[in-house]
Amino acid sequence: MLMPQPDAAVIARRSAIAGDLRRLCAASDAVIESEDERRAYETDGLTAYRARPLLVVLPSTTEEVSRVLAYCHKNGLKVVPRGAGTSLSGGALPLEDGIVLGLAKFNRILEIDYDNRCAVVQPGVTNLGITAAVQHAGFYYAPDPSSQIACSIGGNVAENSGGVHCLKYGLTTNNVLGIEMVLIDGTVLRLGGKHLDSGGYDLLGVMVGSEGLLAVVTEVTVRLLRKPSAARALLLGFPSNESAGACVAAIIGAGCIPGGMEMMDKPAIHAVEDFVHAGYPLDVEALLIVELDGPPAEVDHLIDRVEAIAKRCGSVSVRVSNSDEERLAFWAGRKAAFPAIGRISPDYYCVDPTIPRAKLPDMLKYMAELSRKYGLRVANVFHAGDGNLHPLILYDANQPDELARTEQFGADIMRYSVEIGGCLSGEHGVGVEKRDLMGSMFSEVDLQQQLRLKCAFDPGGLLNPGKVFPQLHRCAELGRLHVHHGQVRFPDLPRF
Amino acid sequence: MSQYRPADEKQLIDVVAASVANEEPLEIVAGGSKRNLGRPPQLPHMLDVGVFAGIRQYEPEELVLTAGAATPLAEIERTLVAKRQMLAFEPPDWRMLLGTDAANSTFGGVVACNLSGPRRIRQGAARDHVLGLAAVSGRGEAFKAGGRVVKNVTGYDLCKLLTGSYGTLAVMTEISVKVLPAPEATRTVALTGLDDPRAVAAMTHGLNSPHEPSGAAHLPDAGGHARTLLRVEGPLPSVEARSQALRDELKPFGAAEILGDVDSAKLWQGIRDAAPLAAGEGVIWRVSLAPTAAPAFLSAVRAALDVDYFLDWGGGLAWLAVRGADDGGAAPIRAALGGRGHATLIRASAALRAAVPVFEPLPPAVAALSARVKDSFDPKRVLNRGRLYPEI
Repeated sequence: MLMPQPDAAVIARRSAIAGDLRRLCAASDAVIESEDERRAYETDGLTAYRARPLLVVLPSTTEEVSRVLAYCHKNGLKVVPRGAGTSLSGGALPLEDGIVLGLAKFNRILEIDYDNRCAVVQPGVTNLGITAAVQHAGFYYAPDPSSQIACSIGGNVAENSGGVHCLKYGLTTNNVLGIEMVLIDGTVLRLGGKHLDSGGYDLLGVMVGSEGLLAVVTEVTVRLLRKPSAARALLLGFPSNESAGACVAAIIGAGCIPGGMEMMDKPAIHAVEDFVHAGYPLDVEALLIVELDGPPAEVDHLIDRVEAIAKRCGSVSVRVSNSDEERLAFWAGRKAAFPAIGRISPDYYCVDPTIPRAKLPDMLKYMAELSRKYGLRVANVFHAGDGNLHPLILYDANQPDELARTEQFGADIMRYSVEIGGCLSGEHGVGVEKRDLMGSMFSEVDLQQQLRLKCAFDPGGLLNPGKVFPQLHRCAELGRLHVHHGQVRFPDLPRF
Repeated sequence: MSQYRPADEKQLIDVVAASVANEEPLEIVAGGSKRNLGRPPQLPHMLDVGVFAGIRQYEPEELVLTAGAATPLAEIERTLVAKRQMLAFEPPDWRMLLGTDAANSTFGGVVACNLSGPRRIRQGAARDHVLGLAAVSGRGEAFKAGGRVVKNVTGYDLCKLLTGSYGTLAVMTEISVKVLPAPEATRTVALTGLDDPRAVAAMTHGLNSPHEPSGAAHLPDAGGHARTLLRVEGPLPSVEARSQALRDELKPFGAAEILGDVDSAKLWQGIRDAAPLAAGEGVIWRVSLAPTAAPAFLSAVRAALDVDYFLDWGGGLAWLAVRGADDGGAAPIRAALGGRGHATLIRASAALRAAVPVFEPLPPAVAALSARVKDSFDPKRVLNRGRLYPEI
């Protein structure tokens, strides 16, 4: 993974810059300069990549963020924004000649407004922290990435995080009403608020999922939802991946949108059963967990309907939860899937494409071929409802070339996903990890248009450089328009 | 004024490139049903994109539909109904409201204006359903954004940016949207005789209940009395149980009746299309605000203006019909809103739409960023210049 060449002159000025930044922030511990303490920030959830940042700055207020960014803008200093550092795509991977701007001190819930069904929170609040603050009143915050105990809402906004309930309740972008943000020149802006529709360009929509490349978010207004009053789940075993996939399509085709619909293939089933003894059937090729949530009358009605569909689709093992304990037991295995894989392999690498659901059998077949080709095992967990597939490639980083083979394996999966009508990333983001594959999904023109948008926010390219886009361009060059004044005529089309 | 009607994407690129070279802006038109919406642009050329029509791909089980931007909305809805699916954001039909009854409302028009109906509170806006698109920028370059799958975070979300941009950034040629199953049954719980504060309180109570309403509106003058309406949708056993539970829940607000499928469909279509105000006289505004702010907002507006109104989105959307104010009521409405929401002038003469800001004026820093965003797509500002904001 090639990152921009660090600027030795900037690194040489570390102490002077640290002194300047200390003057901009009130707290005595706002700037981290020592080698040891900076090491704590050298990676995120994608631990294969590491870099020690120039400095870490932990501002406490929007004004401090504004002053720090204005300073960086003036001095041409690169900035890597960081929430909780749980990114799986290297979104918070530091730069040796850039500061890490950590938002950890922004950890307060500012307002809970049940009547307008929203909460105003600082970006360092954890995803689960929002739900924890409102669940006593029967509310929750819907997107639930599996890192939700640790990941911050600011990071969720940057990555447009998802979770297992996306199909019914949407991703982060569908659940954020407003933000306060700071541009690289220090300008503070507010977008949206407690109202639903804001006019003008949907800059909020662009900010969500922009991976820290456009601006730094300092406050978030999220939607709160009333917690569904009932939830029940079915645990369905199938003799083939095809029949499980057909069942998913039949459920959706019958007009049913489950709160969660998760699939596991045989290697994943066995790994989790060995680990947590969830009582999963071991004689099936694929397992489906279908959770229906909502008012009890609806849940009971749909449970019956899904059960009938599953039987019609050839399910050989059908269990229906009759209590919350039973429902949670169904989920226990799925939720432990990653650690279960971690138990049977020294390392694993999680891929994140979304594919058209109908292509699942093709994708699984292709992955079996790749598994043979690269000599690496793969287990699959699948957000079957929305088509977001998480192949877990098992490898051992201590073997000389296994990481490289794993990355090639992952890249082949992602390229194939695009080929069959899917995308590179469903919820983990591009970051550094998928950066060099962007060209498989987007043409040069597509990417240049995205880069021009970046220029509208950050003309100097100082925010999170080296992420998302495979090539850096100068904004002036991107903005150039090739026209020949007075020479181009309107084409000779029929006029009316 | 000349009108260009490119036959394919290549010709579309040529037209945009020529307008860039000559610096002569284009007004983009498909069905023409929303030509009276937004600022009156008065541009030298018209670009008719009607050729980019037709459903390209529809896979009900994938919940994805792809169609040309100029596809009539009616055609898309017919196709979806046949598979018992829908555009869940409930796109409104404003032709009566805007006096363009004879024109066709198109898919691209609804997306370009980010128009959503009563279900917005539960299922999101048009912007929440656009998955991917193909377009030609104001640089005369064809590009695509997003994809054809329902969960995708690859690259910037340009789909959100183009949705609601009123054609000022790019000419959309093809759009993919997420579609959802249509509800099997609908009931409406109807309360009568509530004043605005009580009505908003009742709607809040209903929306905060576990009965999952998909619509909450208040009509202060529905045939001589006020009606406050909450809609529930879903499978039949579910809507029957929920509508009854909701009626019980709302007892403190008075006795409620429950309306069935047919009455509900008619009622919510009217609310969606602003029918209670569309037939009357007056300048029409649509105001997005925090739901609980609605009563105070309405009382301030009513003190200053001769106005009819109704509420949707549980109070979060106020529709106003203003009579007899020189500025159409812009000053008192925006003063009452106090920057905490967005007031849009939906129906007014071209002269009034040129004289007062149609869209909520932006704070200077947001306006400056918006102008830079415009320039990143359309540096010569040839696409629908002036439609959204002056010079944008």
